Amino acid sequence: MTRAPRQLARTSLTVLATLWLGVLAVAVLAPGLLTGRDPLEQDLTASLQTATGEHLLGTDRLGRDLLSRLVHGTGTVLWGVAVAVVVAVVLGTVLGLIAGYFGGLLDAAVMRLSDLLFAVPGIILLLVVASTFPNDVTIAMTAFGVIMASGLIRVVRGATRSLRAEQFIAAAKVAGLSDAQILWRHALPRLLGLVIVQASLIAAVTVVTQAGLAFLGFGPPPPAPTWGGLMDEGRAVMAQSAWPLLPPGAAVALTVLAFLLIGDAVRDRTTGAWSTSKLARPNRRRSRIASGEADVSASPAVLKVRGLSAAIPDRVTFAPRTVVTDASFEIDPGEIVGLVGESGSGKTVTALSVLGLTPGGGTVTGGSCMFEGLDLVRATARQWRDVRGRGIGYVAQDSALSLDPSLRVGAQLAAAVRRHTGVNRRVARSRAAELLAAVELTDPAVARRYPHQLSGGMAQRAAIAYALAGSPRLLIADEPTTALDMTVQASILALLRRLSRDRSMAVLLVTHDLGVVAQLCDRVVVMYAGQVVERCTTDELFTGPRHPYSAALLAADPSRARFGQPLPVIAGTAPVPGAWPRGCRMADRCSLVTDQCRAAEVPLLEYAHGSVARCIRVAERQDAVPVS
Amino acid sequence: MTRLVLRRLAWSVPMLLVITLLSFVLVSLIPGDTARAILGPSAAPEQIDAVRAQLGLDQPLLQQYLSWLGRAIRGDLGSSLLTGVDVSQLVNARLAPTLSLITLATLSAGVIGVTLGVQSAVRGGRLGRLVDLASMSGLAVPGFALALLLVAVFAVRWPLFPATGYVDFASSPGQWLHALVLPVAAACPGAATAVAKQARDATLDVLDREFVRVMQANGVPRRTIIYRHVLRNAAGPVVSLLGVVSASLLGAAVLIENVFALPGLGSAAAVAASQHDLPVLQGAVVYFTLIVIVIGLLVDLVQAWLDPKVRLR
Repeated sequence: MTRAPRQLARTSLTVLATLWLGVLAVAVLAPGLLTGRDPLEQDLTASLQTATGEHLLGTDRLGRDLLSRLVHGTGTVLWGVAVAVVVAVVLGTVLGLIAGYFGGLLDAAVMRLSDLLFAVPGIILLLVVASTFPNDVTIAMTAFGVIMASGLIRVVRGATRSLRAEQFIAAAKVAGLSDAQILWRHALPRLLGLVIVQASLIAAVTVVTQAGLAFLGFGPPPPAPTWGGLMDEGRAVMAQSAWPLLPPGAAVALTVLAFLLIGDAVRDRTTGAWSTSKLARPNRRRSRIASGEADVSASPAVLKVRGLSAAIPDRVTFAPRTVVTDASFEIDPGEIVGLVGESGSGKTVTALSVLGLTPGGGTVTGGSCMFEGLDLVRATARQWRDVRGRGIGYVAQDSALSLDPSLRVGAQLAAAVRRHTGVNRRVARSRAAELLAAVELTDPAVARRYPHQLSGGMAQRAAIAYALAGSPRLLIADEPTTALDMTVQASILALLRRLSRDRSMAVLLVTHDLGVVAQLCDRVVVMYAGQVVERCTTDELFTGPRHPYSAALLAADPSRARFGQPLPVIAGTAPVPGAWPRGCRMADRCSLVTDQCRAAEVPLLEYAHGSVARCIRVAERQDAVPVS
Repeated sequence: MTRLVLRRLAWSVPMLLVITLLSFVLVSLIPGDTARAILGPSAAPEQIDAVRAQLGLDQPLLQQYLSWLGRAIRGDLGSSLLTGVDVSQLVNARLAPTLSLITLATLSAGVIGVTLGVQSAVRGGRLGRLVDLASMSGLAVPGFALALLLVAVFAVRWPLFPATGYVDFASSPGQWLHALVLPVAAACPGAATAVAKQARDATLDVLDREFVRVMQANGVPRRTIIYRHVLRNAAGPVVSLLGVVSASLLGAAVLIENVFALPGLGSAAAVAASQHDLPVLQGAVVYFTLIVIVIGLLVDLVQAWLDPKVRLR
């Protein structure tokens, strides 16, 4: 599926749309360029013709040239569109900005007004206006613009509210800018794309509405030509010839399409949209991956990851970009392993790739993940069915969002139990209660609650219970305590430890928090810039980290900071995927760097039994690091 | 829940007042005189004054509105200036065709739009692009233009359906449906494509939510995720849009009723507007506003049923 031709097709459509609007502009400014005929000149000998050399778009009942009538009717259409759009945009943007920015009473008042405008039966009010000021396009379209402002008010208000929550508005306030200056200089430019998209929609709707009004006889008085009027005239002769309906109908349709396409193009530019399907069927390409190193050793590991690489398509170019290279680690039954690194290090991508759910539409591009003898990288949909939930459970970071918000907690748990074990409803319900008890949610009322009615800690317990429903042998927990406050965090960690011990369930714990690692993990895998840089026991990490990055991470851990001393931070930033250096990926941030570090890729070097670090200076550091 | 309904009902009262006042003021601005319109251009000034007094047109505007309001509350919407027919009766008689049209069109737009939108979101690729394109062209062809085309093809060229007219549901359900096929077909595409686009965006949005990943990771089959969880959570915005769509179909109904000569509210309003028949127009405004309010209420109820966060507030 290549993206380029599609994008090209869209671009050329946008160009065509712009061209069409250009033609309309010419029709208004210099109609003589498009037609030499008088729109009112009758010729009864040439009535109701289809396209001829004489009359390119045929003639109407009175033999008037349809092309000329269409061209001369364009001015009314565009004027009406301009009026409605300007009124709607000015009113909608100003009111939406005010409501979203200031909030409070002003917001309430504006929203009530918007509700009112929305409830107005638009076309009826328009009929009232049109019959009050017969044949006055300007007034009718002003009224229409006011009615259409309702939607824009809502959109702009919503966007302004979320802008307000952003840092830079607060920064501007601190810098002493007035509200008006902030709105004008900072909010408005950010909202411009949004407003243009809405304006193009309003323009499109206005074209249709205006044609409709003229069709009903509320446009400029005959014999002046209008698009809607032409359709009405076409209807009158429909029994004899349907032809006269086509040119005005096509003109309306093309103009509406042009406005919509331009709006779409602006939207794509501002949001970078073409969303890809997130639940797309499993990618067939996976089967072509070369097999990793053969692994026949009868190690007891429940999960053995070897040389795992993953790529995610770039947001702009859609070209796959490698974000994890050659990740290897293993987890024994009942063991808790921490996967540690700063954000962007690839730890979450690695964990989700194990589950075959590489985020961002990405794929595993190499390596293997042996889970109880089955290579998950090459697993079929049928095999996944037995693994996910039953073999491996998954707990996500944001517990409040982890369960379906529209169903009760107990019902979701019971459904999971039924799916995994096939028991009947009644048994499933009591199993669900047992699961909740296992995560220390003993109040039976919890099962009847909806996810949003649970506190953060309760929701995370419920999410853990959900992951336990299939009695998995491995639990993958992605930052399970990050969103929780300290005391709750401790109790969730204790729960995970107890569950792991009681059920001899292995846990892969993704975290950036070394405090969590210290409390819970048996062994640690440290990731940096898409690579595993160190693999060791928790004791080894805390007493003598071998990789400079591990050491720096440890030094920067706030929970180990000394009172009265500045917290050491790691200088510089980690290289992003695609900008990884050839040699050691940490070279630019490391104080021990030598030329040799940059020369070639650094392999993992074993420094103690089963413990490895990706640093060529491990041997020296072994002596350099004091063992406390 | 009850509070939600009560609040909306309470809010609908000032809304009705403002909208009727607005249309009252607008209509009173109509240049020319209703009395003169009734009596014709050759009427003597005394005659005109007499008719004006008789209609209450010589009183201040606010007073005219209040007395209209006082009667309207008691169910008396006055009578047509031109035909003398009682407005309530006239409007009531015209309710059925309009409601039939917008109900059928909303239902078909909902079914077609949701099916297309969800399929395109879940499958992605070509179907997704097709829905995008269709939603544009569906919006691009105005309902009344499509109506004309449908008449030209399916009533004039191949007379499969009647070109005009309406049959009461009570007298013959079959013919009622037969007469409404073309009007609904004309009204539906624009609405259906708008629904499809919204359903697609809402579905994609839900697919991106954390709980979908959690369910996938914990072994919930794809079908179950889509049909039991994603659809339910994507339904909120789609239902909201269906409300907007059916309200906007009221506008389309004015034009479509005109093309198919359906004796509905919309065509009554259009005729009344062109004849400056204030009481009829005002009656139509009241009914249209009431319909929009009822639609809003229905949307709220469905929303509450779908979303526990709304229901339990």
